[in-house]
Amino acid sequence: MTFTSQLLQYIFTGVAIGVIYGMIALGFNIIYNATGIINLAQGEFVMLGGMIMISLTKLAHLPMPLGFFISVAIVTLIGAAFERGAIHPLKNPSIITLIIITVAGSILFKGGAMFIWGKQTYTLPPFSSDKPISVFGAYLSPQILWILGIMAALVLFLVLFFTFTLTGKAMRACSVNKVAASLMGINVKLMILFSFALSAAIGAIAGIIITPVTLMNYDRGTMLAIKGFAAAVLGGLGSNVGAVIAGFIIGLMESLGAGFISSGYKDAIALFVLLVVLFLRPSGIMGTKE
Amino acid sequence: MGKKNLYSLLVLVGIIFALPLIVRNPYYVGILVFVGIYSLITIGLSLLMGYAGQISLGHAAFFGLGAYTSGILSTRFGFSPWFGMFTAVFLTAGVAYLIGAPALKLKGHYLAMATLAFGEIIYIVFNEWIEYTGGPSGFGQIPRFSLGNFSLDSDVAYYYFVWTVVLLILLICLNLIHSRVGRALRAIHGSEVAAQAMGINIGKYKLQIFILSAIFAGIAGSLYAHFVTFVSPSSFTVMFSVVLVTMVAVGGMANIWGAVMGTALLAILPEYLRIFKDYDILIYGAVLLLIMIFLPEGLLMGVFSIIKKEKNE
Repeated sequence: MTFTSQLLQYIFTGVAIGVIYGMIALGFNIIYNATGIINLAQGEFVMLGGMIMISLTKLAHLPMPLGFFISVAIVTLIGAAFERGAIHPLKNPSIITLIIITVAGSILFKGGAMFIWGKQTYTLPPFSSDKPISVFGAYLSPQILWILGIMAALVLFLVLFFTFTLTGKAMRACSVNKVAASLMGINVKLMILFSFALSAAIGAIAGIIITPVTLMNYDRGTMLAIKGFAAAVLGGLGSNVGAVIAGFIIGLMESLGAGFISSGYKDAIALFVLLVVLFLRPSGIMGTKE
Repeated sequence: MGKKNLYSLLVLVGIIFALPLIVRNPYYVGILVFVGIYSLITIGLSLLMGYAGQISLGHAAFFGLGAYTSGILSTRFGFSPWFGMFTAVFLTAGVAYLIGAPALKLKGHYLAMATLAFGEIIYIVFNEWIEYTGGPSGFGQIPRFSLGNFSLDSDVAYYYFVWTVVLLILLICLNLIHSRVGRALRAIHGSEVAAQAMGINIGKYKLQIFILSAIFAGIAGSLYAHFVTFVSPSSFTVMFSVVLVTMVAVGGMANIWGAVMGTALLAILPEYLRIFKDYDILIYGAVLLLIMIFLPEGLLMGVFSIIKKEKNE
């Protein structure tokens, strides 16, 4: 392999995982904008999406597209149930309580997943052909094209949803000012429920499309959540454009770092970026100053 | 320090002194040593969570830093464990400053996420820096502490040693929270804006408490390494950080006694829950969630206030 083809290879991988980090960051943003909560269980939605898809297509033998929609629907319901069961009943919770609750939710989901699927790592066949396309000596897996395509469709959907639908507009109003929004007749509590459901759905989609590339087991959620959060902070917490761009940046840094510097410290790269951003520019690349 | 605390402290001294006379089984003495070591961390965490109103999801990493620093210095370089502990204190304090200074300037979730990221990084370093840490399998043959010519080889001797340290730290913390600093911290927890308006430098206090709690974890790490005489990364995962937070939450934040009780409860309980083996993670998750929703003041205070309510009705 020449240097160029090696570089290209790392870039392909970096873009694929970058999409996932970007999507997780979007999930963080949607809940953060609606509630001010950082949902530490965000990574578990990704894991659950992948795992449920595996069960539906491999055990129940459902066709891929049907399995996809049912998995996303189930995880969306789980996200909504989590909001109703654990966030909704709280009266004037402190930030510390909210953090602990999402952490508890996260390990509860993780424990549940271990209970159901055990500790094995599972794989999922790619959506279409598994024959890699050769690009300048590097191998581009068609799954990466699927990942990019689905990400593009999702971003388009979100833009349309937040600009043109009444619910989308109401959710944006809540993120600007909750009191004003409720005075305008917006049901703020319902919007919070929607934000959890939407975040869970996005997480599930990310989990389903990445599983054929990186495999999945019950334990993946926390690391994905931290890296997604790194992307959210780098992009500027609350900024969706920033989240997508920062996702790519972190994915590429991680993949290139693993290839050229050290694969053992691969996971530390995103975390290091997070700490450096917190140090130097906590508002991120696209965010406004606090 | 009030009279109530003084009496509680005396009762605790009595219990600590008497327990090894009742508990003869060396395995259970070992567990009591662990309760002491973990209590050191949770006392610090309870100051941070309950009084400074901040949360750390990375205290297992400070614990690990203490253990590895002390273990590596004494095993690979032949220094005395005391020097190892001394270095561990400075190292954890320095690292806590580096993490805490930027994160504590920001509001809310940033310290939680910064410490979570920090915890993962340290865990990766323990696994990857094989030359010194022994990688995923860790390393052993760490010497035990000795006082002069008296080596703390027996578990009972070590038990008294660890719990003396716990008592000292409890004494320091109880004095701290009933001093000017403690009042400032409670003011911060009540309302940051109001505290600031009264001239309290909130950033400075939060950072100091964060560093103090990291130092306690570092000391605990050193005590752990020289007790187990073996360290490996699996003892210092992010999940353990969550367990530590659970111990504090069960005992009740803003209550140092609660921290010790929560620690004892959650360290001893799993011994009776052996049937659940791998699924302890489910139990921790459920316990944490239920307590946060229904008894946010912790098990101890929560039960008290329920009883009070019943009596009044």
